[in-house]
Amino acid sequence: MLALTLAFKNLIGAGLRTWLNVIVLSFAFVLMVFYNAMIDGWNRQGRNDTQDWEIGQGQYWHPEYDKYDPYTIQDAHQLISDDIQAMISGGELTPVLISQATMYPKGRMQAVVLKGVDPKQEILKLPTADLINVQDKTAAIIGKRMSENAHLKVGDAVLVRWRDNKGMFDAMEITIGAIFKTDVPSIDIGQMYLPIRVLQKMTSMTNEATFLVAGDNSSLDPITDWTFRDTDFLLADLDAMIQAKKGGGMVLSGMLLLIALLAIFDTQVLSIFRRQKEIGTYIALGMTRSQVVGLFTVEGGAHSILAALFGALYGIPLFLWLDTIGLNFGTSSGDAGITVAEIIYPYYSVGLIVTSLVFVVISATIVSYLPARKIAKMRPTDALKGKLQ
Amino acid sequence: MAIIKITDLVKKFPVGNGFFTALNQINLEFNKGEFAGLVGPSGSGKTTLLNIVGSLDTPTEGEVNVLGKSIGGLSHKQAAKLRNKHIGFIFQTYNLLPVYTVFENVEFSLLLQNMSGTMRKKAVMEALDWVGLTDKAKSKPSMLSGGESQRVAIARSMVKKPELVLADEPTANLDSKNSHHILQTMKNLNKELGVTFLFSTHDEKVMKYLNRIISLEDGRAVKDERMTSNSELSV
Repeated sequence: MLALTLAFKNLIGAGLRTWLNVIVLSFAFVLMVFYNAMIDGWNRQGRNDTQDWEIGQGQYWHPEYDKYDPYTIQDAHQLISDDIQAMISGGELTPVLISQATMYPKGRMQAVVLKGVDPKQEILKLPTADLINVQDKTAAIIGKRMSENAHLKVGDAVLVRWRDNKGMFDAMEITIGAIFKTDVPSIDIGQMYLPIRVLQKMTSMTNEATFLVAGDNSSLDPITDWTFRDTDFLLADLDAMIQAKKGGGMVLSGMLLLIALLAIFDTQVLSIFRRQKEIGTYIALGMTRSQVVGLFTVEGGAHSILAALFGALYGIPLFLWLDTIGLNFGTSSGDAGITVAEIIYPYYSVGLIVTSLVFVVISATIVSYLPARKIAKMRPTDALKGKLQ
Repeated sequence: MAIIKITDLVKKFPVGNGFFTALNQINLEFNKGEFAGLVGPSGSGKTTLLNIVGSLDTPTEGEVNVLGKSIGGLSHKQAAKLRNKHIGFIFQTYNLLPVYTVFENVEFSLLLQNMSGTMRKKAVMEALDWVGLTDKAKSKPSMLSGGESQRVAIARSMVKKPELVLADEPTANLDSKNSHHILQTMKNLNKELGVTFLFSTHDEKVMKYLNRIISLEDGRAVKDERMTSNSELSV
């Protein structure tokens, strides 16, 4: 406690030198919290949006279905049993049937995945109700990216060719009934949504589905002949992507922190060089050399406490403001193929702030201790004279 | 009763491949309440001897016993405790801590002793009263004159009521008037509190106040004189 009191007194007494270090360190601290809060905010929004729009509370897959292997789609479909049908009617599950196809918008050929969905489902945010409203039975809904990519708009008819369950080609014109906007590109790009009954009929897969999406009230119990995939499994790609981004961001804030730590290290070296008389006086007044090492270490480390306080002065209002307005990443942010909301709201958790603070305090204390060790080897008589050692 | 007993003290410093002998076969004793000085030219070993007595340095050979403790055998911690509780230091350049106020400078030793706030305040104000600086308690050292700074240093050394005060050239940076003021203050404290003062000096003005003068030359104590009546000099 005494060391802390003396350290703060010395730091404040050092004036501008202290405040320059504190300002740089506070930038590093605020940037570290902000960047991680943005990533966490993206993560939360990304996970929530992906769950809301695509995966629900988990999915029951046909055992042969692998979303990374398009060759499995042809055979990955099976009958929806009565038990499952009861769960679908109860709003616990919603079936999705997948079929690969080719479409010819404006005469060009383009691969597309046809997804049969229940127009009445309420588990996913996907606006499947638009399929009910459209009078044309062969109408489909597509995402905004898909519409831009294929130059399709509402009311356009596009020729689609697919193969039924026996491998026979068939083709028909499908009308674009509605275009939806989503932050989840994986349900948008290259996808076309049709009523499941229509797709079942088109592919001769009556009452069949490729996977079942579980809703909030689903028990998530195992279902015979279906493989349950939980949210962790289904969000693994997003998590991996976010972790990679987090690592990259750490490099950026780490570099800023490094600059701040170098400044503290430099200040410490200079302090010990310039304040030898003071060090000698401390020893003459009854401090042990290790106490003086402790005092200088705490003094250097206390930069981080001041930096946190100073950072809070401008950081808290800035964070609160950003929390209200979010950060606009533009309309094309999701075109990278990952779930990114147009506006990301940073997420500041107590854990994030405490972890960042502890990290900064420990780093500052370590770089302060390294030069302070020299004091332990000083001869107090030479220190009193301010003699170079 | 001797509070400092120096027996066959030798202090050598490494210089190049050899050694420089700063103190050679010193044998001295100082009793409680003495106002003694080590005099001699630069390099004669005055400061080295003070540093050893003050447990800031250790003897190469021989024995230095201060307040019943052998300096050579003390650990860093024991030496720090001895300095903190029983020995006061006054330096030529005052060595006040620049970022602290006068009050805080004087208070410092007591903080290390974990004394309560009320007792500290009382002791500090009493010490500042001894040196006539109660009105400067809140000033920073940079706002003080040389004489005032040295008086703060005296208050700092005296606040813990030590048995021994070691003063290394305390008047070297002061003018004549301030020197006499400082010396008179120390002489008064010596008489009133019975504190032993040991100076290193080559200042004639200081010598007039001393009741014992030990002359050092090339690391040897060549003369040990006791004065009879020299303590009431006027400025």
